[in-house]
Amino acid sequence: MIKRAMVATVTLCTALLVALPIHANSLDRFAGLSGDLKIAGGTAHIPVVKEAAKQIMTLNPNIRITIAGGGSGAGIKQVGEGLIDIGNSGRRPSDKEITSYGLSLHKWAIDGVAVVVNPSNTVTALTQGQLAQIFSGKITNWKALGGKDRGINIYTRDASSGTRSVFWKKALKKGEIAPSANFVVSNGAMKTAVANDPGAIGYMSAGFVDQRLTPVALDGVTPDAASIRNGTYKVARGLFSNTRGEAQGLSKQFIDFLLSDQGQAIVKEKGFIPVN
Amino acid sequence: MNRSFFQQKRDRNETAARALLFMSALVCCLLVVLILGFMVVTGLPLFGQNQAMDLLTGAWSPHNGGYGIAPMIFGTLWISFLSVVISFPMSLGCAAYICVLGPHGKATVMKRCVQMMTGIPTIIYGFVGVFLLVPLIRNTAGTGSGMCILSASLVLAVLIAPTMILFFIQSFDRVPRSWLDAVDALGGSRVQKLVYVVLPACVKGIVTGTVLSFGRALGDTLVALMIAGNAIQKPDSLLDSARTLTAHIALVSAADFESMEFKSIFLCGAVLYLITALVILGARLIERRGTHE
Repeated sequence: MIKRAMVATVTLCTALLVALPIHANSLDRFAGLSGDLKIAGGTAHIPVVKEAAKQIMTLNPNIRITIAGGGSGAGIKQVGEGLIDIGNSGRRPSDKEITSYGLSLHKWAIDGVAVVVNPSNTVTALTQGQLAQIFSGKITNWKALGGKDRGINIYTRDASSGTRSVFWKKALKKGEIAPSANFVVSNGAMKTAVANDPGAIGYMSAGFVDQRLTPVALDGVTPDAASIRNGTYKVARGLFSNTRGEAQGLSKQFIDFLLSDQGQAIVKEKGFIPVN
Repeated sequence: MNRSFFQQKRDRNETAARALLFMSALVCCLLVVLILGFMVVTGLPLFGQNQAMDLLTGAWSPHNGGYGIAPMIFGTLWISFLSVVISFPMSLGCAAYICVLGPHGKATVMKRCVQMMTGIPTIIYGFVGVFLLVPLIRNTAGTGSGMCILSASLVLAVLIAPTMILFFIQSFDRVPRSWLDAVDALGGSRVQKLVYVVLPACVKGIVTGTVLSFGRALGDTLVALMIAGNAIQKPDSLLDSARTLTAHIALVSAADFESMEFKSIFLCGAVLYLITALVILGARLIERRGTHE
């Protein structure tokens, strides 16, 4: 509950004020529909889902879409229990989760998990081995990596995070994370923490990286659209929207919209890799 | 006859009202007991596996199968205790100024401000803490991320101050008027009035208020979650990142139901419940003894 309050629930009634988009064709599916659509879970998804919701609600004010965070675990759990209509996750739900909740999965984007440091940091490339040593607490000063003499502050996410589970499996190779690591509760909070702390290292959705952070090249590969798309940057995952049972009604239309040309254009515009 | 009719009606109304009020009181009491029951029942399986002591005193290292909540217990106690230590002199001074030392006009304005402080949502304190205090502490200390026990305690101290101040004021106001007049008659100064009459008369009230705000600090979630850094380690210094029991529950409650991480939060809940109950009970006992004398 608290986390949901922190990752502010975004009700987008104000979207009414925004001008109609030019390509209304993919949005035609929403004409004549009405009702509420509750979406929660993965925090990486939020920029895309928010923009999609804005376009839909601009066209059709009878549809109300609410978007909350909470993390992938929360998204899967809440949709499985029927509390929300669409549960987003930044990792593939486990087989157990899929069978016990009867989830159906809809992958609409690919996203890298980028290692990020503060822009003042001169260390911008690491090997996988160095990364594992930093996160396990064996390397504690940036000087050991050729940077300034400054302590390393590790930032990580809680167990509910899909970003964390992907990072832990693919970048740390399931290695240990030091007990001294600070925990933050969303991709947004990670951005704030790393952008404000000169000694910080963290990891987050590649789509969230902007000029306030420096992405770190891993084994010589910088996480960008090209390297994530062609698979040379290995630490990547799908962004899923999950429904309990087959998607129906508004949920189905919403997911179809995300997968349409127009939806995929939003995906691209927000820094993620389209699937179609 | 007419009269007995009304009598009867009034009696009936009274019985109904009494029953209604009794029911609401009962529901409140039951709720408290039920929540404790829920904690114990859901936490019980952990104890069955003969690892209760490990869970209470061990370290948290999921990597090696360790799910001890000791780091969180320490984190909670450190942060709460320190916040009370910081808040106490501030609150006592403020209450003394409002009740005894300050001129009436200014004191009233200050009292209104303090009352308004009780209404500020915790998230605002957390927000201000993240953007103003954390960088300040990081730059001043020179090490660490600034998200630490000290930062959390400072913000928490401000958060619990109104509780303490208002409790102190209440206690100061109960000092008999005649005693205060006696000090004036003897030509005593305001400071003498405070030190020799008001404070000694209010020791119990001061202790109770302090203990109760300690309880408030124990239970707060958001400030620690946003500012303390949430690292799961036994803190060694004030500049170490730490996690409280409340923050742990908030962070882990979205994890997989079947995981040990998730199960550990029931133990955290029970421990938190127990500590808070003891603190409140202690405060009430002190208060009780105060009124008997």
